[in-house]
Amino acid sequence: MGEFEVHRVRFFGLVPAGVRCLACQPRGGRLALARTDGAVEVYNFAANYFQEKVIPGHEARSVEALCWAAGDRLFGAGLGGDITEYDLARLCVSRSVDGCGGPIWSMAANGSGTQLAIGCEDGSVKLFQVVPGGIQFERNLDRRKGRILCLSWHPLDTHIAAGSIDALRVFDVHSGQTVQRIMVNYHVQKVKRECIVWSIAFLSSGTVVTSDSFGRVQFWDWERGTLLESHTVSTSAVLSLAVSEKEDSIIVGTSTGATYQFQLLPVKMGSLEKRWVRTKPFQHHTHDVRAVAHSSTALISGGLDAQLVIRPLMEKMQKKGYDAALRKFTFPHRRLVSCARKARLLLFQFSQHLELWRLGSTDETGKDGEVLPLCRMPEHLVQLKSKGPEHIYCSCVSPCGSWVSYSTASRFHLYRVQYEGDGVSIRKVPKVPKLVLPAYQLQFSSDSGSLFVASARGSVHVLQLLEPGGCKHLHTFRPPSGSPEAVYLLASSADGHWLAAVSGDWAIHIYNLKCFKHHCTVPMYGCAVTAVAIHPLTNNLVIAYSDQQLFEFSIPEKQYTAWSRMVQNCGLHKVWLERDSPITHITFNPKNPSHILLHDIYMFCVLDKSLPLPDNSALLMNQSTLKQLPETARQRQLHAFKICKKFQPLLFADLLDENCLVMVERPIMDIKTQLPLPIQQKKFGT
Amino acid sequence: MVAPATLRVVRCGGSTLHGARAVFSADSYLLCASGDFVKMYSVATEETLRVMGGHADLVTGIQLNPHNHMQLYSSSVDGTIKLWDFMDGIPIKTFTVGSKLLALYALASSEDSLFVVIPKSGERDTFQLVSVKLTKAAGQDLEAKELSVVLDGVDASPKRIAFGREGEYVASVKEVNLQVYFFKQKQLNRFSVSAMKTKSGNNHFTCIACHPVEDCIATGHADGKIRLWRNFYHKKEYTFSTLHWHHDTVMDLAFSIEGTSLLSGGVESVLVLWRNESDCQKDFLPRLGSAIEYISMSSDGALCCTLHADNRITIINSNLRFSKSIQGLIKSTDVKTGLVVDPRTKALVLNGEPGHLQFYCLQSDQQLFSLDIVQRQYIHQAGLNQADLVKVAFSAQGKWLATVEEREEVTDPELQLKLWFYDEETQSFKLNTRINMPHEDHITDMCFRDMDELEDDSLILVTAGRDCVFKVWMMVEDTDPEAQQSVSWSCDFVGSYHNYQATNCCFSEDGSLLAVSFEETVTVWDSVTWDLKCTFCHPPGKIRNICFGRLTCSKYLIGATDYGFLCCWNLLSCALEWSAHLNVLVLQPDPLSEHIAAVSWLSKESSLFVFKPNEPRPIYIQRNLCKEKIQLAAFVPRDEPETIGSEKYLWLRRSQLFFLTDTQELMTLSMKSLEERLTPSSKQLAVEESLPVTPFSLLLGKHRRQQLQEDIDLGKLVRSKHEQDSPAVKELLHTPAHVLPSASFLCPIFINSLLISKENKSAEEVADEVEMESEKTEDDSDEERDVTEMEHEDTSTMELLGEMTCKLSKSQEKELRKIRKMDYSWVSAF
Repeated sequence: MGEFEVHRVRFFGLVPAGVRCLACQPRGGRLALARTDGAVEVYNFAANYFQEKVIPGHEARSVEALCWAAGDRLFGAGLGGDITEYDLARLCVSRSVDGCGGPIWSMAANGSGTQLAIGCEDGSVKLFQVVPGGIQFERNLDRRKGRILCLSWHPLDTHIAAGSIDALRVFDVHSGQTVQRIMVNYHVQKVKRECIVWSIAFLSSGTVVTSDSFGRVQFWDWERGTLLESHTVSTSAVLSLAVSEKEDSIIVGTSTGATYQFQLLPVKMGSLEKRWVRTKPFQHHTHDVRAVAHSSTALISGGLDAQLVIRPLMEKMQKKGYDAALRKFTFPHRRLVSCARKARLLLFQFSQHLELWRLGSTDETGKDGEVLPLCRMPEHLVQLKSKGPEHIYCSCVSPCGSWVSYSTASRFHLYRVQYEGDGVSIRKVPKVPKLVLPAYQLQFSSDSGSLFVASARGSVHVLQLLEPGGCKHLHTFRPPSGSPEAVYLLASSADGHWLAAVSGDWAIHIYNLKCFKHHCTVPMYGCAVTAVAIHPLTNNLVIAYSDQQLFEFSIPEKQYTAWSRMVQNCGLHKVWLERDSPITHITFNPKNPSHILLHDIYMFCVLDKSLPLPDNSALLMNQSTLKQLPETARQRQLHAFKICKKFQPLLFADLLDENCLVMVERPIMDIKTQLPLPIQQKKFGT
Repeated sequence: MVAPATLRVVRCGGSTLHGARAVFSADSYLLCASGDFVKMYSVATEETLRVMGGHADLVTGIQLNPHNHMQLYSSSVDGTIKLWDFMDGIPIKTFTVGSKLLALYALASSEDSLFVVIPKSGERDTFQLVSVKLTKAAGQDLEAKELSVVLDGVDASPKRIAFGREGEYVASVKEVNLQVYFFKQKQLNRFSVSAMKTKSGNNHFTCIACHPVEDCIATGHADGKIRLWRNFYHKKEYTFSTLHWHHDTVMDLAFSIEGTSLLSGGVESVLVLWRNESDCQKDFLPRLGSAIEYISMSSDGALCCTLHADNRITIINSNLRFSKSIQGLIKSTDVKTGLVVDPRTKALVLNGEPGHLQFYCLQSDQQLFSLDIVQRQYIHQAGLNQADLVKVAFSAQGKWLATVEEREEVTDPELQLKLWFYDEETQSFKLNTRINMPHEDHITDMCFRDMDELEDDSLILVTAGRDCVFKVWMMVEDTDPEAQQSVSWSCDFVGSYHNYQATNCCFSEDGSLLAVSFEETVTVWDSVTWDLKCTFCHPPGKIRNICFGRLTCSKYLIGATDYGFLCCWNLLSCALEWSAHLNVLVLQPDPLSEHIAAVSWLSKESSLFVFKPNEPRPIYIQRNLCKEKIQLAAFVPRDEPETIGSEKYLWLRRSQLFFLTDTQELMTLSMKSLEERLTPSSKQLAVEESLPVTPFSLLLGKHRRQQLQEDIDLGKLVRSKHEQDSPAVKELLHTPAHVLPSASFLCPIFINSLLISKENKSAEEVADEVEMESEKTEDDSDEERDVTEMEHEDTSTMELLGEMTCKLSKSQEKELRKIRKMDYSWVSAF
């Protein structure tokens, strides 16, 4: 693996925003997620739960509810009072309609996806028709006092159940009248607190399931208005609830961070009498579980601790494998850090500002595992605040460190940074060319002479950077066959010849930068691309897919390399394929051309192409055992994957020069201290 | 009169009650497996009603006959299943199965078979659940060899197999595996939990219970979790939920009769009631004393009972209220105090609950009371060093009690010597003096100067310690005016000998000499001047026990050494009188005679030797006293000397010898047969106690009072005769009214049962009766009036009289009769 001097960076103070709501696409393979800062993310089940699309948030646009309608149209609604439709190809808000009922607390689409119901602050439930190109107000249902916190359609679209404070109501959609009103804390004696119905679900059998702030999950017969079953699952509130499509399983999330599964089970073998039984408790979160979703094979929960947890249901799994792994996502699946190698600078991207840091340095050397004393501390050079309410889409610093660029939904900024001794001055580059915004990815060429801007419809703009501080639009690459999706990954070659661009439909196009034309397309592989990089010496494009496959594509020869074919023939190690987080960054060591350096959240790996691949019987993570072996035995145990799990969770890793690495870590405990205190729970033995 | 009596070893208490779950009979009796016996308790009075013996080895399972709730099946390691009529204590049938039976289950749905766990032949430590077909042939002793295997690879513990709803399936757990066998479908499903060891312990199954009406299995685990399994007829889509409160192993589980709640218990000695299988709705019954081993429910759901690790039975109401506790000899983790007899109550005193001293009444097999010595909260957690009681001594009259408690620490132990004074007013011991660190190291022995006639202020306590000294403690007047008591204890003298560890100490009978053993040497000290008088030793070998002879043999000092020698030294000549080669574990002098009992342990059997110090030949030898190692022994003085025919057993005349084995079973030597030992009161069926107050019962009560009167007059013979008839009355009273035959049919039976038959009376007694006849008529008339006028007073006095007169001599009886003739009716005028 070789020895490296490692900059262990822990000053990236990223605090991911909490998960506010989740929505599974009906009969589809996507999960939409909204965070408390208004960001909306889409995860693709088929691509191993890869975070496929991210729409950054907006200060004024909170999202309280998300729903899929009319197939794959995604709608969100929030306390701003607007219903928003998202454009998932261009990753931005396509249009927004005022709900006219004050802040919107809840929204639900009917079974066929043709109508949306919203529940507002003023106690009204409004119906909207989903029409091509937008939504249209249809009518108001019977209005009573009290905000509507949750809504659920009957699967046959005849009724709507709405949860409010102390009560739940059932509306007839045709007449618009309230046909049933149930007081939920009628049975509780001497309770002065109000009972908030946090979440509701209407089952096809006519049962209404509610979860409330008293920690109860209750099952009601809506026609008679009677309580069928009541399960107290927690001493604190049950905030969220989701029903499986078959209606035989329910997941609920509580404010203590625990989630519980309810299953509809027969009371006796062979009998028709069935009952809801609380079965599996899980404690994956530390804070409120504000959102849960139930896919056909997994229980999904998202909490204010920013974690998205996907817990597969073992009984639905055919075999143990990649799908059966428990997944916890806290960090985005793309990089928020860029590195100026030559200048030894790091640029950190936050939701509304950027931070530029200079790495510390040392003049001492030491043995493996030693911590070296610093002679110069890392230095916070510049904080760049983005103006306006929009959040930052992407950012980049040039390898020489003198250019910094970022983009929001409507604006693109390029800055010139100048270093005079210890002082830093930053100057905005005037008159940047008008581009189609937003930019989804920014990449400087290795000589810092040009900037590549990934844009919508598969296009990539090339800007030429001019000294002492100017830029000029050179060319725009478009895929020859056209593409509706935006480009989200870019890679340029070190010699400035090639540019690889990956768009949302997972096609990888390679452009020639010398003659500004499309060079070739990498053969399609049916999985999301998580990272690409071009080798500085051989100009091979290394591609990591979300199913953990690795490919190497020779750009000059327009074909997969022999090593890549060999990898496909032999297959990767089982443990490698069962990892649950995608590779987010690939880099190379120019001194060792056969080395590929890659990392995900939990590990850093040096892939040595010159060594044989491990077979399934070998240990994949064998660095610690190798250390103890004598030299001769070590040779036999060697294989291509050298994995280091010392740095966790790893947000970014890059090679500064041939023996110097930078690792950006963000310990979970540091995030926890930034979060509000969780609900106090007595822990036994403390 | 005297038959050639043989001395038998009799268990008289302390047998482990937790061989199997207890069983409630339909009419509120509690049946428990206790050692080799099945004990029947009355739930209402906590009394032991019957002890059913007959098994030759440990009883491992008891089950009511599902088709006749007056019958009980019991299985034993001796390979037999017995069917009992437990109301009469009669074994009806004995089925010999052949191999060891480790657990017993009975099912209502299986007509003529029982389920037992037996070891698999040819394999060690593997067990199987088999069903045994019970043959219907006539005769008492039957063979039951028709076995069919139901489940293989089950656990030997009876808690790890349970039968499901209506006998549809059987579930068994072992280690991390759960297997469920469906009888109708003949389908076997196996499930397992991950074997991973977590911080809180391992995942192993410890117990199992099946829901009575639904398909739900509850399992307890070693890490304190309870899992509720459902949908287990699907191999893949099974599911379970987890309940977690216990911090350590769940010892047993039981569902309520309707299955709405689940009871669980563990080492925390807290009974937990889980309602609706919910984690949030649970109730607790804490402080049950010690770890819960078994939980069982009564068939009507009104009561449940827990068997505890210390042989206690707790009966609990369905609303989780503590109802009653049946406790015999409490089993403590280690009896460090030895067996001590309380001179005041003649109760056996030893370690009870942790940190407590139990006073155990030998006659009633009950705990008299428990004295909290350590007075600190006991925490049920393994590996925690907690203070425990190690030594106990009573002064001669039982006025003073000295206790030593210590907390085992690696470096230096924490010691406390406490002196307790018996307070006549409160009838309990009160702490008088507490001495922290009386010795630098463990206290090895402690004794009071045993002088009956001496005054209080000459009372002396001697403690011997491993810090190479013995200390003499004396009472001093308390000078502190604020002190509540007038006296306290302080150290008077510290003696040592060549820096050897002091191991034993004892006073001679008259209190003039103190013998203290220092490793290999016995030193004898004058108890007035504290001069060293002489030393004895018998090298090699350290002194294990010493004692002085008594009465005529008070000039002898007996010592037992490590190397298996019993030595007797003459204190007058200061020479060894005799010695014998004997590996003595226990040396116990009888306080009321010269006899000394020595128990030896040789080649895995205990033997008893009784000798007088003045002659080297033992008076009595019993080899192979019992298989277990005998730890402790004590002579308990009898209330009145027993008449003993044989010369050989004369040493048992004034005191009775009790032993405690290392399994904490209390045994004694008895010449009586088993039937004789049972007191008549326990034989008497409990009609009175369960009798509801009805007009009929008042009538009956009135009648009985007359009867009682007659009984007193006629003496014991008639009384016992009468008792034999009582079942007829009892049956009449206990049978539900709607199934009784017509009153006209019952009337003669009932009246007959109240009549006294005359045929087997001796002529003498008949004459006596004639004499009384005239008196009786008068009595009756008096009686009649009394009853009407002063009923309340009458009942109490009459019952009291009835009890007393049983023991009166002939002359006293006549006296009493005279008194009774007097007319007390004037009393009612006031």
